Amino acid sequence: MSTDVAAQARAGQQAVPQDTVSVAAATPDRSQPYAALGLTAAEYRKIAELLGRRPTDAELAIYSVMWSEHCSYKSSRRHLRQFAEKAPPTDALLAGIGDNAGVVDIGQGYAVTFKIESHNHPSYVEPFQGAATGVGGIVRDILAMGARPVAVMDALRFGPADAPDTRRVLPGVVGGISFYGNCLGLPNIGGELAFDPCYAGNPLINALCVGVLRHADLKRAVATGTGNQVILFGSRTGPDGIGGASVLASASFGASASTGGRGEGAKRPSVQVGDPFMEKLLVECCLELYAADLVVGIQDLGAAGVACATTELAAGGKSGMTVRLDAVPLRDASLGPAEILMSESQERMMAIVTPADASRFLAICARWEVPAMVIGEVTDTGRLEMTWHGERVVDIPPGTAADDGPVYDRPARRPDGQDALAADDPARLARPSGPARGTGLRATLLALLAAPDAADKTWVTEQYDRYVRGDTVLAMPHDAGVIRVDEATGLGVALATDGNGRYCLLDPYAGTQLALAEAYRNVAATGARPLAVTNCLNFGSPEDPAVMWQFTEAVRGLADGCLALGVPVTGGNVSFYNQTGADAIQPTPVIGVLGVHDDVRRRLSSAFGQSEASLMLLGETRTELGGSLWARVQHGHLGGRPPAVDLAAEQALAQVLVTAAGRGLLAAAHDLSDGGLGAALAESCLAGGVGATVTLPGDDFTFLFSESASRALVAVVPGREASFTTLCAEAGVPAATIGTTGGSTLEVAGSFSVSLEELGRAHRGTLPALFG
Amino acid sequence: MTARVGVVTFPGSLDDHDARRAVRLAGGLPVPLWHADADLRGVDAVVLPGGFSYGDYLRCGAIARFAPVMTELIPAARAGLPVLGICNGFQVLCEAHLLPGALTRNAGLRFVTRDIQIRVENAQTSWTSQYAAGQELTVVLKSGEGAYVADEATLADLAARGQVLVRYAGGNPNGSASDIAGVVNEAGNVAGLMPHPEHAVDALTGPSADGLGFFTSVLRAVVAA
Repeated sequence: MSTDVAAQARAGQQAVPQDTVSVAAATPDRSQPYAALGLTAAEYRKIAELLGRRPTDAELAIYSVMWSEHCSYKSSRRHLRQFAEKAPPTDALLAGIGDNAGVVDIGQGYAVTFKIESHNHPSYVEPFQGAATGVGGIVRDILAMGARPVAVMDALRFGPADAPDTRRVLPGVVGGISFYGNCLGLPNIGGELAFDPCYAGNPLINALCVGVLRHADLKRAVATGTGNQVILFGSRTGPDGIGGASVLASASFGASASTGGRGEGAKRPSVQVGDPFMEKLLVECCLELYAADLVVGIQDLGAAGVACATTELAAGGKSGMTVRLDAVPLRDASLGPAEILMSESQERMMAIVTPADASRFLAICARWEVPAMVIGEVTDTGRLEMTWHGERVVDIPPGTAADDGPVYDRPARRPDGQDALAADDPARLARPSGPARGTGLRATLLALLAAPDAADKTWVTEQYDRYVRGDTVLAMPHDAGVIRVDEATGLGVALATDGNGRYCLLDPYAGTQLALAEAYRNVAATGARPLAVTNCLNFGSPEDPAVMWQFTEAVRGLADGCLALGVPVTGGNVSFYNQTGADAIQPTPVIGVLGVHDDVRRRLSSAFGQSEASLMLLGETRTELGGSLWARVQHGHLGGRPPAVDLAAEQALAQVLVTAAGRGLLAAAHDLSDGGLGAALAESCLAGGVGATVTLPGDDFTFLFSESASRALVAVVPGREASFTTLCAEAGVPAATIGTTGGSTLEVAGSFSVSLEELGRAHRGTLPALFG
Repeated sequence: MTARVGVVTFPGSLDDHDARRAVRLAGGLPVPLWHADADLRGVDAVVLPGGFSYGDYLRCGAIARFAPVMTELIPAARAGLPVLGICNGFQVLCEAHLLPGALTRNAGLRFVTRDIQIRVENAQTSWTSQYAAGQELTVVLKSGEGAYVADEATLADLAARGQVLVRYAGGNPNGSASDIAGVVNEAGNVAGLMPHPEHAVDALTGPSADGLGFFTSVLRAVVAA
């Protein structure tokens, strides 16, 4: 970025005196580059008001990153309150919104923490490192809660699969995730892959991490205990990613994100560079520090680096802190205080440690060959004070940067075209008919399965290690990833992420609830009891009232949906400014749901693994094709209404799936979503290598391709049909027997038949053909 | 007496946890060994696990071979101690010249995670005696630099002396010479495997339990010795 502050800081070391607190007080009218740092004139004035003088260059650096959209949630905060206000009653939440990640009690003394975060903008600028550091960042969030990270997932969205730029971005992103996650030793257990022209200049790279801890191990980001030491440990601080939070995730992105050489005022890479080897050492080092009980408080360094960690720790502890910025270990000795504060160098953590424990703390860091340095001390002054070679360059109340950032009530207006979009019903679109109807349905199914969105994702997932740590019970292509937590009891967790920008464009309120419902259903389809929610809200510019309307509707939909389903939101992330010029991405909230397995040995997979099992379709099928895969792939159409939301039906379906899995009634279960029953049947056949013969209970086109929600396809264990049917009846879940598993073809009676070999060729050929 | 099997943790080792579990499931006692300690703690056999020791910087396994623990391990292996290197461990054994050849980037230049078939070629080693020659196993392959290479003469020698331990069956996933997935030294005690048997010890968390035999084999070899 082009930071005049940075240039001044560098120059200041040689000639010009440092901009200290006393200099700032004495030179109230000196002009400062607040606009280049992403602050408005009003925000700059507010800083001066809070301090009673103009900020020093170092203080300006702190406020600019802490008050950025990325760190302060200034456009979203007033809406996100709904997640707390409408939270369903639960005693499962040990830590929630506001902490680094939510922590959920899963029983037997275990807790799980999970969170999803975006790394969209960096991944477009530099796909490999952008995506890699996205994994690294979310892993440190989980680590900071006191947990051992145990798995990652990725929800990825790109421009058209055949666009030249997608061939630059996608392989780079997948390579970066593969490089970082594999080297770090975390299994990648699932996620999403979708394509749409709206993501062409704005790929969505959302990374999720889940970690496990014992209740007693929960850590907080607080600096408490006057005299306690502030220790910075991990990688040395370098000039990478300076101002990433304020520049990359801000409106000025297009203009400022270029890179260049070194030198006076030179622009530098705003995308950080990841070192997964150091992150692995940092993980093991932290876990050993936790086990030895040497940590009073801890915070990871992500966006806004030292600025964020120091202000949040001090604000969280309602304390003060002194920091010697010249004590920060550097990779580049020419860095000045403002640059050190804003650097987003990866693989760093900050801990609060008692003086008595400091030497043991440093010894453990040394054992893991992790650089560590005492850089400050906790005080009781209520001030965050920083010095640079003895001169005071920062003196602020930490809460003003961490908590008292601006909050905007941005105007929101329903877009003019929204009604026309809803009126453009897909009912008018041509469907297979006449004597060739069966052939047409067959061709439609093959086309949907081969579409990049629905095609087999092995090309991507094969590059990820899903086995490391030896606790992966289910991974892609199944409905959810399942990780064993306790080897003795079989306690485990299931995780799924879902998002659907097409549904959300048609109706952001309903679309967000559909994403929530799908993730909830995916988790339940493995037999897990859904327990908690995380989210990554990807939108265009909040300064566009139409986008703001989409955002407010999505948040309202999610909060209402979570209340209805009884699953609390534990945390999340907002990514705005995903737009090129005036064109915003489709509103794309990505929802993650966590569920619990009392015993992972009872989990259900989506694969048809045995013959002669009865197939049953659960839930009600209506003619719902608005935003469907069929409308898009066969007609390039997006209009009408998304499928109806019925969260009571969703809950009843989940109850049936969880109970049936626990009782051993089912051989397989697969949720119905994109591509409807047709796609689900084909996927389950291909995953297990066993065919199926079905007779559809109504209009075959509708039953094959409608995307009605609250539905699942199950294979019943032979002999348990009556028990299962009774269970469905008691829960009020419609259940129709539609056929049996077996053979090596998928046959739709009276319509068509297709061999698994041909289905597999269509499904598996697409991504290798596109990406090599 | 329960056999004690050491599992070395280098900075960046990842599958050490899994290797210890496999030893335990096979009936042995896993003993953690630390890279910086030149001490084998009296173990009866050693596993060098998978991972990215030292971040794979310089070259896979090239730095780990100089770790203090290796100064004890190399002479012990030459004296007959059973040693199995899996994936990164195989790379370390090649770098340490305990095994011939080297591992290079996959033919497709991408990391590959896949359930694969391997065929046991030599069932008379410390690590394969519980299998039958020709037996096919389903195990996990997950590596970016898994292509085995050696010069023609070495490959001919390996084949002639029964030092090809296992071969890929049903497709060569990474361009390895002669489909070689694992080799053994002439004495039959030091083995290297690119696929991961420790990820195939329980059908719940792996593609099969076929990999357990490598660990039960060494327990038997140790008790017999």
